[in-house]
Amino acid sequence: MDAIFLQILNGLDKGSAYALIALGLTLIFGTLGVVNFAHGALFMIGAFCAVTLQRILTLSTEIIDETKTDFLGNPLKVKTPYVETWFGPEVGQSIIDWSVPLALIIAVPVMLFVGVAMERGLVKHFYKRPHADQILVTFGLAIVLQEIIKYYFGANPIQTPAPEALVGSFDFGVLLGMDPNVVIYPIWRLVYFIFAIVIICAVFGFLQFTTFGMVVRAGMADRETVGLLGIDIDKRFTAMFGIAAIVAGLAGVMYGPILAPNYHMGMDFLVLSFVVVVVGGMGSLPGAVAAGFLLGILQSFASMNQIKAFVPGIDQIIIYLIAIVVLLTRPRGLLGRKGVMEE
Amino acid sequence: MLGLTKKDGTLFIAVVLLTVLAPFILNPFPENSAMAQFNAGYPDLMQRFVIFGIFAMGFNILFGLTGYLSFGHAAFLGVGSYATVWMYKLLSYNVLPGLVLAIIVSGLFALLIGYISLRRSGIYFSILTLAFAEMSYRIAFSDLLGRFVGTTITNGETGLQVYSNDPQILLGQNGIEATHFFGFEMGASRILEMAGWSFTFNFGFYFCAVIFMAMFYMTIRIFRSPFGLMLRSVKSNQQRMNYTGVNSKPYTLAAFVISGMYAGLAGGLLAAMDPLAGGERMFWTESGAVVLMTILGGAGTLLGPILGAGFIKYFENIFSKINDNVLHSWFAFLPDGMENFMVTIIHPFVGKGWHLTLGVLFMLIVIFLPGGLVEGGQRIGRLFGRKKSEAEPKPGAIKPAE
Amino acid sequence: MAILEVKGVNKRFGGLQALGDVNLTVAENSVHAIIGPNGAGKSTLLNCLVGKLVPDTGSVMFDGQSVLGRKPHEINQMGISRVFQTPEIFGDLSVLENVMIPCFAKRDGAFRMHAIESVGAEKELAAKAMQMLEDVSMAEKHDMHAASLSRGDKRRLEMAMCLVQDPRLLLLDEPTAGMARADTNNTIDLLKEIRDKRDITMAIIEHDMHVVFSLAERITVLAQGTPLVEDTPENIKGHPKVREAYLGEAQV
Repeated sequence: MDAIFLQILNGLDKGSAYALIALGLTLIFGTLGVVNFAHGALFMIGAFCAVTLQRILTLSTEIIDETKTDFLGNPLKVKTPYVETWFGPEVGQSIIDWSVPLALIIAVPVMLFVGVAMERGLVKHFYKRPHADQILVTFGLAIVLQEIIKYYFGANPIQTPAPEALVGSFDFGVLLGMDPNVVIYPIWRLVYFIFAIVIICAVFGFLQFTTFGMVVRAGMADRETVGLLGIDIDKRFTAMFGIAAIVAGLAGVMYGPILAPNYHMGMDFLVLSFVVVVVGGMGSLPGAVAAGFLLGILQSFASMNQIKAFVPGIDQIIIYLIAIVVLLTRPRGLLGRKGVMEE
Repeated sequence: MLGLTKKDGTLFIAVVLLTVLAPFILNPFPENSAMAQFNAGYPDLMQRFVIFGIFAMGFNILFGLTGYLSFGHAAFLGVGSYATVWMYKLLSYNVLPGLVLAIIVSGLFALLIGYISLRRSGIYFSILTLAFAEMSYRIAFSDLLGRFVGTTITNGETGLQVYSNDPQILLGQNGIEATHFFGFEMGASRILEMAGWSFTFNFGFYFCAVIFMAMFYMTIRIFRSPFGLMLRSVKSNQQRMNYTGVNSKPYTLAAFVISGMYAGLAGGLLAAMDPLAGGERMFWTESGAVVLMTILGGAGTLLGPILGAGFIKYFENIFSKINDNVLHSWFAFLPDGMENFMVTIIHPFVGKGWHLTLGVLFMLIVIFLPGGLVEGGQRIGRLFGRKKSEAEPKPGAIKPAE
Repeated sequence: MAILEVKGVNKRFGGLQALGDVNLTVAENSVHAIIGPNGAGKSTLLNCLVGKLVPDTGSVMFDGQSVLGRKPHEINQMGISRVFQTPEIFGDLSVLENVMIPCFAKRDGAFRMHAIESVGAEKELAAKAMQMLEDVSMAEKHDMHAASLSRGDKRRLEMAMCLVQDPRLLLLDEPTAGMARADTNNTIDLLKEIRDKRDITMAIIEHDMHVVFSLAERITVLAQGTPLVEDTPENIKGHPKVREAYLGEAQV
């Protein structure tokens, strides 16, 4: 029982990332009818927003401190970040410490810009082209974005630690009346899960309760009719692309402390997120979210030692196996609507 | 000639000539000249030209003709390599059994994956093939199959290779310890020195080249056959196809299996040149690479995939060798400031940045030249020649998608 | 002698009764029109005949054999060809290739692995296809890219693709929908010629009364998924029930 509970918790952080990426993919697919292979790159760019902010905040002045010497007896160079000079050591230090959450603030405009630029500059011209062309051009874009990041940040992962206060684990089991030291869970993963839930609720609320969201939902159901009503659906769809980019980007920012950002993380997550979208049902937002969490949790179960002893290596392939089974038994996915992508 | 039309026959002979004379054609610069770095006439690269040419040709039979975009063809490449290395381990270093097995195993594997994936079309098909290939990659990399059977099958991250305690029952006492074809070693080369030029004739290359030409011939036959026509109509209008009394499923499945066998053969040849097989050959980047080659050259055309494969393999090699020193020497004639400026601009695109160039190039092709290099060539040809062909589109030529 | 017999066919989509107890008999070598207002179930009925939909209950017999549960390509192989509302042709191929594909399908069946033979060597089939193109006066366009044809020519090409298979039953789904008057008249002439020259049964679903009354020998009026009446064109014109359900709005 405890073990099961622990595995569910363990699956939540990955599941959250899958769900957030899949949500954006589905939004873009449902509204624009475009299969975006560059969506993983948005996740990766988000993560590198955190890296960039961390680098900016730790920009330092070098002062030679005559009072201290290194082991060779030379005067020691002391680096002092500008933020510490400006705000005092304590405030400055905590600003640097909180750079990942702070990066959320800069990530919003950056991702909005990237998303809108992507849509207006490239994807827009591919609405009427076949899906194969859309896949190909966004695939090319994904390579380009990934290589640009690699050029500026190098091929190695870059650590982006969580704030001091949120590092470490806490005993989740005790909260629920279990024995201590049974269900230990890293704090940041819980933060990530709550963050994902907030974002998902925000997106759903936005689509459900605003006029804008209503038009977009109507457009997802029947684009032509909405167009006939004289509503400029294109502008709203551009905005949707921006929102999807923000969702993917924020998911990336917050994932930094769990997985040190590297240039190919986008593609790694994209492949899995596609599987998630297909399992959930192409064009179904609740399906994307549900399948994201479901697959994350199943993956975590499959990596349990007891199961691995029984079926070795199952954790590596379980997601694909499930996708194949789902597609063959329920071709539309778990919550897919009829008529989406069916010729 | 050989059952080909005059036009196809000419094309075939041209490709044969280019392939046979490749050691000359690819080495246009004298050995010690500054331009020698652009020579591509060394065995390793030439082998890869023809091997990836076969890979792309096969992929084109599926994607170019039927329009089904597979994102998992690397799986068959990898399976082919593994099958071939296993034959080395069990029999001997003669490549023939390995290549035969590579074709058979990849064909069966393609039959399985194709049978399942082809139940869906469009984007679902692409994702299903991607999922299968990723799964194969994971299985190969963690030697999952081996753990079930109790002996190694793919040898995990190390990759499959021949060890001295392998059975090799046909090797005999003084058997050849390198890959060979009935005694002719793949690594054997003759070097011809001619007034500063140096040309290398490598048996491995010519072995691959012969297979490559045979496969090219077969591709032409498939393209011009009723079967090929049926595949093109699957791409054009599947609904009409079904209401015309044709069952499109077995046609697409056959195309999938054939292209999987081409890929398996290519994988086998990779292992014939270098007796190793690793899981990374199944990674999605390899699947992506063959898509790039085919699109870049021109999907649905006979020559396109070969051009694309050659183009990508050539620039991969050459671009990745260009470093800052080389750039500085190129722009040395400019004033210092300009020189540094040019070097800074070009730097991200060369050396390790080759993939960036490739990505940009690929996007440009998809956006502006959906027919690839072949269409580009035709457009240029049209500029200089007959204006009339513009008004009268050639039947059967692949049109930019609507 | 009836070539097509539809008995007691029902089809529901969720709460909607698309077809309710449809009975229909099409006599061999006749032209039978099925008319009815929008949503009367004409297209649903047609789709049940060609295997795109399977009725919930009832039977569809073609020449004494049931077509139910068979796939579209199997039904075509039985001898039923279909013309679509918007011409469905192979846009990427040449006009001649478009007509050769049904020839191959007729000769080789639903699937044959003829990957080494050459299309160019199939002189007999090519001649047959050319003859067919001549019959629909499109021979001189045989080299053109099918997608670049005019709409009227696309319709002719589609007819040629169906006729070259010598089908016993030709199903036409609003063959003149969206056509200009001149094109409509051309199509009527073409269909008349086919009717007079060949042993063929035609079932036409049509909106345009002009087309129906120029061609049909018998007419079935469908309303709300049920056949209202079946009779000769003359009798249908004056039928009060038909006027009420349909012609009142269409104005003959």
